Amino acid sequence: MIVANRKPLEEIEGMIKGYGKVILAGCNECVTVCSVGGEKEVGILASELKLSRKKDGKDIEIKEVVLERQCDQEYIEQLRSFVDEYEAIVSMACGAGVQFIAEKYRGKPVFPAVDTSFLGVTEEQGVWVERCQGCGSCVLDRTGGICPIARCSKSLLNGPCGGSTDGKCEVDKEVDCGWQLIIDRLKELGQMDRYEEVEPVKDWSTSRDGGLRRRVREDLRL
Amino acid sequence: MTSGSRLEKLLERGEFAVTSECGPPRGADAGVIRSKGELLQGFVDAVNVTDNQTSVVRMSSFASCIILKEMGFDPILQMVCRDRNRIALQSDILGAAALGLNNILCLTGDHQKFGDHGGAKNVFDMDSVQLIQTVRWMRDEGKFLGGDELKGVPRLFIGAAANPFADPFEIRVPRLAKKVAAGVQFIQTQCIYNVDKFERWMVGVRDRGLHERVHILAGVTPFKSVGMARYMKNMVPGMDVPDELIERLKGVAKEEQGAEGIKICVETIERLRAIEGVHGVHIMAIEWEEKVPEIVKQVGLHPRPSA
Repeated sequence: MIVANRKPLEEIEGMIKGYGKVILAGCNECVTVCSVGGEKEVGILASELKLSRKKDGKDIEIKEVVLERQCDQEYIEQLRSFVDEYEAIVSMACGAGVQFIAEKYRGKPVFPAVDTSFLGVTEEQGVWVERCQGCGSCVLDRTGGICPIARCSKSLLNGPCGGSTDGKCEVDKEVDCGWQLIIDRLKELGQMDRYEEVEPVKDWSTSRDGGLRRRVREDLRL
Repeated sequence: MTSGSRLEKLLERGEFAVTSECGPPRGADAGVIRSKGELLQGFVDAVNVTDNQTSVVRMSSFASCIILKEMGFDPILQMVCRDRNRIALQSDILGAAALGLNNILCLTGDHQKFGDHGGAKNVFDMDSVQLIQTVRWMRDEGKFLGGDELKGVPRLFIGAAANPFADPFEIRVPRLAKKVAAGVQFIQTQCIYNVDKFERWMVGVRDRGLHERVHILAGVTPFKSVGMARYMKNMVPGMDVPDELIERLKGVAKEEQGAEGIKICVETIERLRAIEGVHGVHIMAIEWEEKVPEIVKQVGLHPRPSA
């Protein structure tokens, strides 16, 4: 899933300072699963914003909605019937959702309430950790199913560096050395011979470096 | 000979090499490099110049190497992958060779978290193994990574680092083998304090015959004080400082700890010299360059042979 973090209240307040009527739009997908922008969090943020305005002796009208997905047009269209009654939209979805709303409601200012962070997993209740950087050219077949690009702090394709200590990364003692994980897994799989294959310089053009990425399935187009 | 390197010539001739290191200043004063160079003149075969080590911004390795070159040194250009992509790396490789530099040390580079610009964007377009491959490809195949022909190849002696003490220990020899396969010609190791563990690593190196395919220069750094020893042990990742050395430094008066540190360093070099497959020593006297001549003299490696 896409994992995000709630922005601090003051930052969100700063964005919508001049507005008295806003739509606060959550998303029922990734940000719900990582507890940052689903129904519950929409409710909490709305209350915080109202309370804070009240303290300043002002008022704010907030329309709380949770869209099934903010990355699909059909759901974004659900704002259409009431959007004109409001001055601005605050989205609690990932950056893709925020931008899609901005594209579809060109006359309305749209503000992000979360910082989109990474593609990751729920390692344990309340702990989400990065797993993939979407490089567009997967190497997991050669690295024991553990991604050196996402999980090594230096994205080394021929790691580990000299900073791996007791299985931890020198950048953060809480973080496992990605290459230690790869080596452990290659051993478990009986594939340690793979370790000595020199991985050549990577073609990053399939990654963000190649410019905006687009995927087209002609057979699915209308 | 693959280059015009004095270090390559000496190593190929079977001389026990001595290299040292020069950290560039945090400013534009070329005088700092010159005075560090003067301290080392005549006592080393080549001088490394670090490339923004620990991610703290300094005068460029490239410029500092040229200053040392003008003084008559055969500098070793350290180049890290943290700050440049393949376009900049290849361009600097050509520039270095064009200005008469003969040696390059291919490094991944410390993460920027450790430096003074933690908010920097890192590059890591390639890693140290791939940088070795790149230099070798440009020199021996006469081509850019992109495939186009070079007009004039960079004749560089290719080096890299090895840390026998980082984890996991079992891949430390295979990792060297990867660098050898990529085309590395000389290795400078991480500072060695745990000589027993280094010997174990060298056994693995010899078992695979790697000592015959690459020149290994053993790295040493003299302790200035017990405080420095403790810092190296506890704060520097991938550093192995045995407790007995800390105890030994603790056992002498504060003003004598520096001298004791030099003594430890000299004893370490003497042990390292006796290990089969060690072809030289790399003395990294961090901000203590003035001690290098004393160390080199004490271990009987002065005067240095002419190339």
